[in-house]
Amino acid sequence: MTQDDVIGDYKYGFHDSENATIRFDKGLSEQVVRDISALKDEPEWMTEIRLKAYKHFIERPMPDWGNTGMLKSIDFEAVTYFLRSSEGTERDWDDVPEEIKRTFDRLGIPEAEQKWLGGVTAQYESEAVYHSIREDLTSQGVLFFDMDSGLKEHPEIVKKYFGSVVPYSDNKFSALNTAVWSGGSFIYVPKGVHVTMPVQAYFRINAKNMGQFERTLIIADEGSSIHYVEGCTAPNYSTESLHSAVVELIALPGAKIRYSTVQNWSANVYNLVTKRGIAHEDAVIEWVDGNIGSKLTMKYPAVILKGEGAHAEVISVAYAGKGQHQDAGAKVHHLASNTTSNILSKSISKYGGRSSYRGLLKVSPKAKNCRSKVVCDALLLDEDSQSDTYPTMEIGNASSDLEHEASVSKVSDDQLFYLMSRGHAEDEAMAMIVNGFFEPFTRELPMEYAVELNRLLELEMEGSIG
Amino acid sequence: MADVVLEINDLHVSVDDVEIIQGLNLTINKGEIHAIMGRNGSGKSTLANVLMGHPDYQVTSGSIVYQGKSLLEMEVYERARSGIFLSFQYPSVIPGVQVGTFLRKSVNSIKGEHAPSAREFRKLLSKKMAMLDMDKSFLSRYVNDGFSGGEKKRLEILQLLLLEPSLIILDETDSGLDIDALKVVSEGINSVLEDSACLVITHYQRLLDYVKPNYVHAMIAGGFVKSGGPDLAHKLEANGYDWLEPQSEVKT
Ligand SMILES: Nc1ncnc2c1ncn2[C@@H]1O[C@H](COP(=O)(O)OP(=O)(O)O)[C@@H](O)[C@H]1O
Ligand SMILES: [Mg+2]
Repeated sequence: MTQDDVIGDYKYGFHDSENATIRFDKGLSEQVVRDISALKDEPEWMTEIRLKAYKHFIERPMPDWGNTGMLKSIDFEAVTYFLRSSEGTERDWDDVPEEIKRTFDRLGIPEAEQKWLGGVTAQYESEAVYHSIREDLTSQGVLFFDMDSGLKEHPEIVKKYFGSVVPYSDNKFSALNTAVWSGGSFIYVPKGVHVTMPVQAYFRINAKNMGQFERTLIIADEGSSIHYVEGCTAPNYSTESLHSAVVELIALPGAKIRYSTVQNWSANVYNLVTKRGIAHEDAVIEWVDGNIGSKLTMKYPAVILKGEGAHAEVISVAYAGKGQHQDAGAKVHHLASNTTSNILSKSISKYGGRSSYRGLLKVSPKAKNCRSKVVCDALLLDEDSQSDTYPTMEIGNASSDLEHEASVSKVSDDQLFYLMSRGHAEDEAMAMIVNGFFEPFTRELPMEYAVELNRLLELEMEGSIG
Repeated sequence: MADVVLEINDLHVSVDDVEIIQGLNLTINKGEIHAIMGRNGSGKSTLANVLMGHPDYQVTSGSIVYQGKSLLEMEVYERARSGIFLSFQYPSVIPGVQVGTFLRKSVNSIKGEHAPSAREFRKLLSKKMAMLDMDKSFLSRYVNDGFSGGEKKRLEILQLLLLEPSLIILDETDSGLDIDALKVVSEGINSVLEDSACLVITHYQRLLDYVKPNYVHAMIAGGFVKSGGPDLAHKLEANGYDWLEPQSEVKT
């Protein structure tokens, strides 16, 4: 590992040497799509979906909204679409190539696994290098695989649900992901099983100009529950990398899925992700989504409330520092009656960073008595920074009750003075205010993640005040 | 020789080019309690804020020496770490920051390497909270968020008890407290007074029945117009401040 490329305070900016067992040439073509599929020895139906998606990707124009300037500067031909760095997915950390293992050690993954996780998948570049699940979960019938293995072991389940929540034609990046996906998680929780310890996926990009396209599918059967946690980091390079994932959640009647993310990509990563879940009768889907890193993030975790009594919760925070644009938000579609949703979005901008809230709330005409509450709070830490809000509401009937609150605030001199009078230097005082602002989010995270997030924000504030 | 804690000499302070404090002198020795009384707007909080280092207030001339050092060169947090404590008239709300976390961090910042261990801290905290008749549930609330006036003042005094400063400035600590709360809070204050110097700002005499000053100063328009012993506080309470106005002196 070298420290040379660490820029600023980003402490995960180190990288390993690039030891690839298989590395595709840069650029995208039909052949690349076929090669990925062939390499993985996939069933033909999957190859077919990939090819259709590829065609759609080529034809589909770039979104004409969001940060169109940054989107335009993505050079799809400069991206490496597949890189295998290890012979296989290991069950024992000692079998993972030494250098890669050291990286995950440094990221604290094996330690977290021992302490509080029910299962772990660690993806490095295109594929999982490590995967494990606690035996008590396996014995209850819980399936937890990296997505490639999931497809091999349970093709019938994958075939049934793959693309059923996020079709490849949903948007340009869901098409790209479907064409070249590799890695990600596959989870099935049987009826009535409660997975009490969170399971975690960690995504690490190491190579320059890498494209990471993991695909995640989580199915919680009737009355079951699971908490899935993901984290991600990458080295800081001067050239861009691309992370474009698709996540599909299916919560069957009475099930509960919570999906927590702390996204901390380095400032050279485009993070263009489609996350969506379908909640059936009385099911609950919760997205807890933190965006701290990346150059540009465009991500709007979505829930389709398909069954009566279903509930959606989207709690997100975004921190936009120098050169960053966090374009995040939430989408909820109330398709059935008596469904409820809560959206809380908090953003902080600093050093000219920009954060946008983009929300869509839709209530179908026949979905009666729905309730929804949307709260967006933005905190600006200096004059150069920017925050904007694009809420869209389409309410199809009069029996539904919707609330929307938005606020933009600044840190007051009196707050800083108060904290400084208690012995805190200005950057410490600022960090305390920032952590407090994000608290409604942080308290939803597993404690270890919350502590880490607070530390990250403290680093961002350090030495930043002059 | 007396042990001088604070020495203010011919202090002039402006806010937005308006002079608020106009030539103030004050010396406080260790173990002394000085009370400042004055009407609203006379400049009492301005003095407190200047001592703590609020950036809105410009010291245009004069000097403030604290424990032999010039205070004006020190940052706010350095003043705090060197033992100055201000109990705010209007403490700020810090949303999302739990009282317990805030107290722990503040004690660590101010006491540095002398900070108590986590366990010692918890013990100390329970003791001081019991003294102030505060419920444990305070600790998980957010700093001053939704607090009543009285709760805010209790939290200020709790900080005072934990931080053990050597110069204590109490700005209208009695406002918002009913008589029972006032007694409890005063007992708390008295428990830390021994080794420190204290400046009590109030415009009611009643706090001074419990926290007994050695000296009382009457403030009008940013300066002390009269100083005296505890009697002066009673006189001010009974007669108001008009008799101290410069023009009323001319009349008599
Ligand atoms: N931050 C400030 N900005 C503008 N004017 C101020 C500020 N602080 C105090 N003042 C003015 O200074 C004067 C004294 O105020 P203050 O010190 O708060 O009085 P007191 O505490 O005695 O009631 C008042 O006229 C007040 O309006
Ligand atoms: Mg005042």
